[in-house]
Amino acid sequence: MKLQLHPLQTVVLFHAGPVPITASVVTTWVIVGILVLLSWLAMRRAQVHAGGWLQATVEVTVEAIADQIKAVLGADPWPYLPLLGTLFIYLVFANLSGILPDVVAPTAHIETPAALAMVVFFSVQFFGIRQQGLKGYARRYLEPNPLLLPLNLLSQITRSFSMMVRLFGNMMSHEFIIAIILFLAGLFVPVPFMLLGILIGIIQAFIFTILATVYVGGAVGATEAG
Amino acid sequence: MSVEMLSVIGAAIAVSVGAIGPAFAEGRAIAAAMEAIARQPEAAGTISRTLFVGLAMIETMAIYCLVVALLLLYANPFAH
Repeated sequence: MKLQLHPLQTVVLFHAGPVPITASVVTTWVIVGILVLLSWLAMRRAQVHAGGWLQATVEVTVEAIADQIKAVLGADPWPYLPLLGTLFIYLVFANLSGILPDVVAPTAHIETPAALAMVVFFSVQFFGIRQQGLKGYARRYLEPNPLLLPLNLLSQITRSFSMMVRLFGNMMSHEFIIAIILFLAGLFVPVPFMLLGILIGIIQAFIFTILATVYVGGAVGATEAG
Repeated sequence: MSVEMLSVIGAAIAVSVGAIGPAFAEGRAIAAAMEAIARQPEAAGTISRTLFVGLAMIETMAIYCLVVALLLLYANPFAH
């Protein structure tokens, strides 16, 4: 296991022109490639009846995610499924990639959660404006009282920040704790903690997606938020 | 005491004190959710989803403390 003693530092593998390419970016590329390949394999010869097991797995996954989003939004989940479902599946893969030897989960560095939180931030504004129009969406910031405008604006920023820090903090601290336990006690003691890491990774992906869904639901004015 | 020593002590205090409040809060939230699920098992899905979102909100406070501790330890603006 590679021990990184500096949680805020990133490993630059190589430079593509002026852009430094870090290890987490390469891991992300590999995950994206795997997901594209899986989707292509599953939907290459998709059939309504008698589809393969891979197609069935993908369908069950997508339906389950759509059900969850529908339960939170209380509205038709399909306009928001491409973003939120991709977010969840990518996060599951990214969080669990830390289990593989010599791979550091991209979400354990601060850039990937920051990028995802920014994606969610702009998507929330986009969905809100698309659903309610620019004027109707802007009016929401003046509710319930125009005096609360600064607080409403601030809450938009702080909740994106807290999403980023929550994902980063959980994934990074988990790797840190395993490294520290490895220093303190031998070979097999960290194994239960690594098993716990699988659970934490999936729960964090779920929480990130559910929070994104709640924020999107708040922006589009869904009936039930939470 | 040097700035480094004070930073280490400050980071330890930030995490340890900052974990107390969220720990109590999460305990209360989970106890309430358990009670609600025991009363109404058919609402378990909604309750546990809301519980997860609430736990994430509560946990944010502890994670802010963790960030402060990390900043003190690794990106201290006052050292050097």
